[in-house]
Amino acid sequence: MKTKTHQAVVLKDVPCPFCSLICDDLVIQNSDGKLTVKENGCAIVEAHFSQSPPDDTPALKGKSCSIDKAIEVAARILKQSSQPLLAGLGTDIRGMRSVMRLADNIGATIDHMHSDGAIRNTLVLQDLGWVMTTMSEIKNRADFIIFAGTDASNYPRFFERVIWNKDSLFSDVKKRKIVYIGDKLNTSAGKSLEGTLPTVLKCEQEEINEIISVLHTIIAGNKIHQPIIAGINLITLQKLANQMKEAKYGVIVWAPGELNFPHAELTIQSICELVKYLTRTTRFAGFTLAGGDGVMSANSLSAWQSGFPLRVNFSKGFPKQDVGRNSTKNLLKNKEVDALIWISSFSSNNNPPKANIPTIVLATPGTKLNFKPDVFIPVATPGIDHSGQLIRTDNVVSLTLKKLRDSKYKSVSDILNRMIDLI
Amino acid sequence: MLIKLSGGTVYDPVHGINGEQRDIYIQDGYITRKPAASVKIDKIYDLNGKIIMAGAIDIHTHIGGGKVNIARMMLPEDHRSDLVSKTKLTRSGCGHAAPSTFTAGYRYAEMGYTACFEPAMLPANARQAHMEMADTPMVDKGAYAMLGSDDFFLRMLAAKKDREAISDYVGWTINATQAMAIKVVNPGGINAFKFNQRRLNLDEQNEHYGVSPREIIKSLARAVRELGVPHPLHLHGCNLGVPGNMQTTLDTIHAVEGMPLHLTHVQFHSYGTEGDRKFSSGAAQIAEAVNSNPNISVDVGQVLFGQTVTASGDTMMQYSGHWHAHPQKWVIMDIECDAGCGIVPFKYRDKNFVNALQWAIGLELFLLIKDPWRVFLTTDHPNGAPFTSYPHLIRLLMDRSFRNDMLATINKSAAAASVLSSIDREYTLYEIAKMTRAGPARSLGLKDRGHLGGGAIADITVYNDLKDKEKMFEKPLYVFKNGEEIVKNGKIVKIVTGGTHTLRPDYDKSIEQSLKKYFDRYMTIKLVNFRIDDDEIVEHGNSNIIIQPCT
Repeated sequence: MKTKTHQAVVLKDVPCPFCSLICDDLVIQNSDGKLTVKENGCAIVEAHFSQSPPDDTPALKGKSCSIDKAIEVAARILKQSSQPLLAGLGTDIRGMRSVMRLADNIGATIDHMHSDGAIRNTLVLQDLGWVMTTMSEIKNRADFIIFAGTDASNYPRFFERVIWNKDSLFSDVKKRKIVYIGDKLNTSAGKSLEGTLPTVLKCEQEEINEIISVLHTIIAGNKIHQPIIAGINLITLQKLANQMKEAKYGVIVWAPGELNFPHAELTIQSICELVKYLTRTTRFAGFTLAGGDGVMSANSLSAWQSGFPLRVNFSKGFPKQDVGRNSTKNLLKNKEVDALIWISSFSSNNNPPKANIPTIVLATPGTKLNFKPDVFIPVATPGIDHSGQLIRTDNVVSLTLKKLRDSKYKSVSDILNRMIDLI
Repeated sequence: MLIKLSGGTVYDPVHGINGEQRDIYIQDGYITRKPAASVKIDKIYDLNGKIIMAGAIDIHTHIGGGKVNIARMMLPEDHRSDLVSKTKLTRSGCGHAAPSTFTAGYRYAEMGYTACFEPAMLPANARQAHMEMADTPMVDKGAYAMLGSDDFFLRMLAAKKDREAISDYVGWTINATQAMAIKVVNPGGINAFKFNQRRLNLDEQNEHYGVSPREIIKSLARAVRELGVPHPLHLHGCNLGVPGNMQTTLDTIHAVEGMPLHLTHVQFHSYGTEGDRKFSSGAAQIAEAVNSNPNISVDVGQVLFGQTVTASGDTMMQYSGHWHAHPQKWVIMDIECDAGCGIVPFKYRDKNFVNALQWAIGLELFLLIKDPWRVFLTTDHPNGAPFTSYPHLIRLLMDRSFRNDMLATINKSAAAASVLSSIDREYTLYEIAKMTRAGPARSLGLKDRGHLGGGAIADITVYNDLKDKEKMFEKPLYVFKNGEEIVKNGKIVKIVTGGTHTLRPDYDKSIEQSLKKYFDRYMTIKLVNFRIDDDEIVEHGNSNIIIQPCT
């Protein structure tokens, strides 16, 4: 094969699709299809952009086949299924539009690979509501930031971009107070530019709720008689409570996917109750780090097209949300579904669940599978191989992703639309 | 394809046609003059005895964007009472207060509407608003970009930048966000709330910037006029819902010094402080001011009883109203040094004094404002009531005895405090056509919509002539969109995507230099990625762009 040589192309202001911060200041060089991060990378970006897509082909039970054949077999599986599950859902807005169209068409259930976290937030939104903020507000207004159960290390540039940012409209960045509450947190990023160390309240993740509730109690002016709460001295909490009341614009950050224990939504509920209470006298807001793989986009689009956020079932011809029953894990465990499509078009490190039902996998080339699905179709990555849109972690800003290289792989949307045409 | 709508009774205020029997010809999506006798007509609809109007236009309805979507997410109980099954033609979804995008599009079309305007698109959230509107089929869409609490603008105002620079910024915003007009919500108040100010009167200063709502309104109204944006500044004023805000509204009317101004959901801004409960109707005073100031137009934001959800950019007033949330859950968001949003579910009760009087105040405004070209039919969907209640509202306006029957059922003190029972006026079909078609089209600068003359886009609604106007308006016989029959007997018969109305005012591009600096330093998105390209609107095939001319 003749190798074509192109001049390296440098692209600026490139949005990154691999985490929900969607940093859009990347400088990427494309030399003959090989992408290199020139500026503003992070560990996640380096890992994904530097990967050349391995040569992967569609396959039926591990045996290579044409894409037409793969789509045809997939469509047949879906047609014969009486209760299919569309899971993974690692895709962009356009891919998700096709997911919804397909789900409505065949009466499927939809669930995202990161919806355990998304659901915890949904439950609180549907029960209590909240006071929230967005990235630019934190960057310019926050003077007091509490990290509850997360160190934001899965979002490598969070501190650089909105906590220790160089310029801020209203807040003295150097004087920002940082507090961590939780277990196994790497608090090194919380050290200020002047070397001030963050306050760290170390406790089990399950105990965050107790600490938040005690802070709420103190701030509301009620007495606590216990000297030690979840291993933390009451005096420490009283001091923290005072600082929170005095903050001009406080923020509590949590990552719902990292609060991974039964009924963690109650911890989020307590955080939101506390923020609401503080809002009576000062300004405070919540902020969530949502998880990647397009989970925010999937959740929002599901809501605008069906009326319900994720874990929606269309088997009765209309949408029905059930956040417990409709989880991928429960549906497979309870044998409530008889076919599975699993979609993951960003990271190649996501693995579909192994199920004893016909399984169709649409995944990034090079995804290592520990079983041979009935149908495998390698798919293009939004923001690398084709343009698209994603919604950012704050559920407000969305960005248009760029096509950075030519790819032989088709988008999730193209493949699903072809299946729909055959059904 | 040449279509003849034969023998219908036509209401077309733009051409002064008030209930005359006329034939209408449609060719290739446009209304055309009567063709020569030799030309073959492909299809004839016999519409003898039927009522024909242009497709209705909703000038203010929250159908797309982050806050509506939060409302959808937070109200599963509301959706469960109105689930919508898929059909061979249509997608599944849900309805009532915050309907799914598909259902909203279908139901608007089934009610005879052919265009809907989202009035509160945050520039920071514009991309999502357009994505949601693209998934709202059947009707044309358009959106008003929200300014006035964004830090870039307030910095300009505080620094006393000249008016050209401010116009450039407003012009850039309309272009970058693919907007149709400019909206201002609680001018400067959303911003002040971020600095923990809890109230902001017309002449009170934002504590950080030292600028008042009056200055903001004047500055934006002027910029909108100088850019040639057809629709006047779309203003959600100060003090929404506060007893006594009637005076604020009157002062606001005078503040613009004769410049065009649209006061939106004016019902929520027409309250006095008389009576034992210190809450009274200011409708007469507001109506009088509207009647005597031809530069002012309004939409009412009528309240109708039942469960709904209030979704607004006005974080300051939504926060102060959250104590009344029903059910008890609510959301406030500060957004991107741009604006904010507040979502508070609410149940308007006919036996509650305040809610019943709000209902009466809305109707008083409709009936006391004399010129239907300047008062538009809205419920501020979903804030006063879901848009699906429009046919009921039309009957209240057209049928005095029905109105008085309803008045007899509401809270007695509220009924006694209202002048409604003494108002004889009944809206005519001609006036309804002005307030739901011709008026909104004129106000938005849609020259080829809202009327039935030659060259107009063939967006047409045909009604059965029924005595019960609620029944008549809830189920049109036919709806034509761009000349295609899309609804028959109140049901969708063909799916169309609808377009997106935009405006491209000229502005001095050098404003982008200061914007780029500002975005690089303070925002969390690059200026170049903030702007929404035409390709994004059209790429999924869900919409096409309709560029409206500036004046």
